[in-house]
Amino acid sequence: MPEAFVPDFSNWSCPLPLADYPTIVMGHGGGGKLGNELVEHLFLPAFRNSALEDLGDAAILDLAGARLALTTDSFVVQPLFFPGGSIGELAVNGTVNDLAVTGATPHALTAGFILEEGFPLAQLAAIVDAMGKAAAAAGVQIVTGDTKVVERGHGDGCYINTAGVGLIRPGIHAGPHQARIGDAVIVSGAIGDHGMAIMSVREGLEFESPIRSDCAALNGMIAAVLDAAGSAVHAMRDPTRGGLASTLNEIARASGVGIVIDEPALPVRMEVQSACELLGLDPVYVANEGKAVFIVAPEAAEVVLAELHAQPLGREAARIGHVVAEHKQMLVARTAMGATRIIPTQIGEQLPRIC
Amino acid sequence: MKYLTEFRNGEIAQRMAQEIHARATRPWKIMEVCGGQTHSIIRNGIDQMLPAGVQMIHGPGCPVCVTPLKLIDQALAIAAQPGVIFCSFGDMLRVPGSQGDLFQVKGRGGDVRVVYSPLDAVDLAAKNPEKQVVFFGVGFETTAPANAMSVNLARRRGLKNFSLLVSHVLVPPAIEAILQAPGNQVQAFLLAGHVCSVMGYWQYPPLAEKYAVPMVVTGFEPLDLLDGIRRAVVQLEAGRHEVENAYSRVVTHHGNRAAQQLLAQVFEVTDRAWRGIGVIPQSGWRLNAAYRDFDAEQRFQIAGIHAHESPLCRSGDVLRGAIRPSECAAFGKQCTPRHPLGATMVSGEGACAAYYNYGRFISAEELAKTSVSS
Repeated sequence: MPEAFVPDFSNWSCPLPLADYPTIVMGHGGGGKLGNELVEHLFLPAFRNSALEDLGDAAILDLAGARLALTTDSFVVQPLFFPGGSIGELAVNGTVNDLAVTGATPHALTAGFILEEGFPLAQLAAIVDAMGKAAAAAGVQIVTGDTKVVERGHGDGCYINTAGVGLIRPGIHAGPHQARIGDAVIVSGAIGDHGMAIMSVREGLEFESPIRSDCAALNGMIAAVLDAAGSAVHAMRDPTRGGLASTLNEIARASGVGIVIDEPALPVRMEVQSACELLGLDPVYVANEGKAVFIVAPEAAEVVLAELHAQPLGREAARIGHVVAEHKQMLVARTAMGATRIIPTQIGEQLPRIC
Repeated sequence: MKYLTEFRNGEIAQRMAQEIHARATRPWKIMEVCGGQTHSIIRNGIDQMLPAGVQMIHGPGCPVCVTPLKLIDQALAIAAQPGVIFCSFGDMLRVPGSQGDLFQVKGRGGDVRVVYSPLDAVDLAAKNPEKQVVFFGVGFETTAPANAMSVNLARRRGLKNFSLLVSHVLVPPAIEAILQAPGNQVQAFLLAGHVCSVMGYWQYPPLAEKYAVPMVVTGFEPLDLLDGIRRAVVQLEAGRHEVENAYSRVVTHHGNRAAQQLLAQVFEVTDRAWRGIGVIPQSGWRLNAAYRDFDAEQRFQIAGIHAHESPLCRSGDVLRGAIRPSECAAFGKQCTPRHPLGATMVSGEGACAAYYNYGRFISAEELAKTSVSS
């Protein structure tokens, strides 16, 4: 009999949160501090190994002389269909992107479905069709899968898990801990589209042109950037849950550096900004599903930008900031007013304000 | 979007700040009443642009922050009941009661939902006739018309399963309480633009006259705030104390008369407890006799609530403008957004949370070392 696993909370910086949240709350899945704590203090001690400890988007495995990237992600989005995509595209592109930002060429995916009794087959067919097309577009194959059905009321129609495997490109050692002082911070396009597309549907917001999710596979675009700049690309991430703010905070923390962004330089679509204002949200925290952040050596910044601008998914790429030696492990924004503010990692979900 | 970009122009902001620097010959303490203004001041760094002597004091206008702990505890008790759908604006979910918050009630199986309008809660009541739907209606005069509309609509639709847990508070009595407080330091007010869009600003000239303080109706964008501050400083320097409207694109003298009529039909003035401040006479609204049936406090007789505030928390002093958040001994130590001791640390509009989130505990020197252009 293995010993029962007893979580070690002795090193929590603050032991109180445990007493606060003895059960799982929605914020544990919000891509913020609550989720990070769950990983660091519950999953990591139980599973501890060197591949996991990097806490990257994908684990890197040295296997039979090859460097493999392996990742998994689950998709529980509501609504299942939204402007610009569906849970099907998300499930494929999300996993492809987690591989791509690790510097890997994605090869094969798995697909696991948890379906609720009563879920219409026509909707499942539409989701699966979307997955097939997304996989073809990304140049990957879905090679194995699994289906489970739960009783009515025990699921939300359709949950999908995908895992993916890919080969890391030779000579690429990019990772969130590789940001260096002086590096340029580049984002591949407008932020907040996916999150606000979902929120707009949920809240019944209508705009002259609907906000569309940016859901897309980024492996082609990232390959082009790596072809052009190679090892000058120090870190890559796709800012999904928790948005650009969480991603840049993670990089700042992992690399032990400060990051400054220039708020007026952030590409944000007008309708996304408007929807954020209406709902009391900040676009830096809103999810993206088709954007990448690049931390690159300053001398390569122009090359990377030019390459991105030549790509269909990177036309709106912008240089938004740089890495500094000050305020280590923190993200700071320079506001349009010329003042500064800190952009912290969110605790849990972003909460809309009252007024 | 022009309404946003036009009022966030950095160059114009710098010019307006320079004018404030040129006008201010003495130190002045100006209170922005509304939590939305506090949020915008800190988020945009407006306070960093002002002359050293011109100090912004953050007022009690964050609805989440001034909601009494006892009411939060009532909300938690109602939300935990079976058969209840408890609806709230998002930022109330993380406000700690004596034991836990609404997120935990939800985590333990309570049906707690975030809505953007109380009218959505009325729709939920119509769709779920077997459930009791309760909307947590807190806030100032700004959120009151929609809450009034919700009970008005529920009555017209004959819905017996909708109720409001309501605790509205009013700005003018709060301003008067601050001005009457011993040791008051506030010399001018930026009035809350959204409150005035509903109520107009006809209520304020008697206050400005009685206490000889200038008051400027002010919006929420950087240029709105700088204009409000500039006008307040100009009045202070000239020894004037008038009510000015610096938010005329939204606010009229009389306000929204249709909304005011609806409010008068649904609510009556009552004494209210303000968290961290205490009871202010005639400072809130409750449902009047004609709408008492829709009062969740009446419908759910929640007994045995004894709220305990943290003895370390000085949110009352913060809300009255007596101290800055960072001057509280618990700030950033025992009290953080992760583990708030008081509501001012919870709400995004709370002064303590704004200070913490935007890093006002880090020295200005360290931030100043950072330059985007390098």
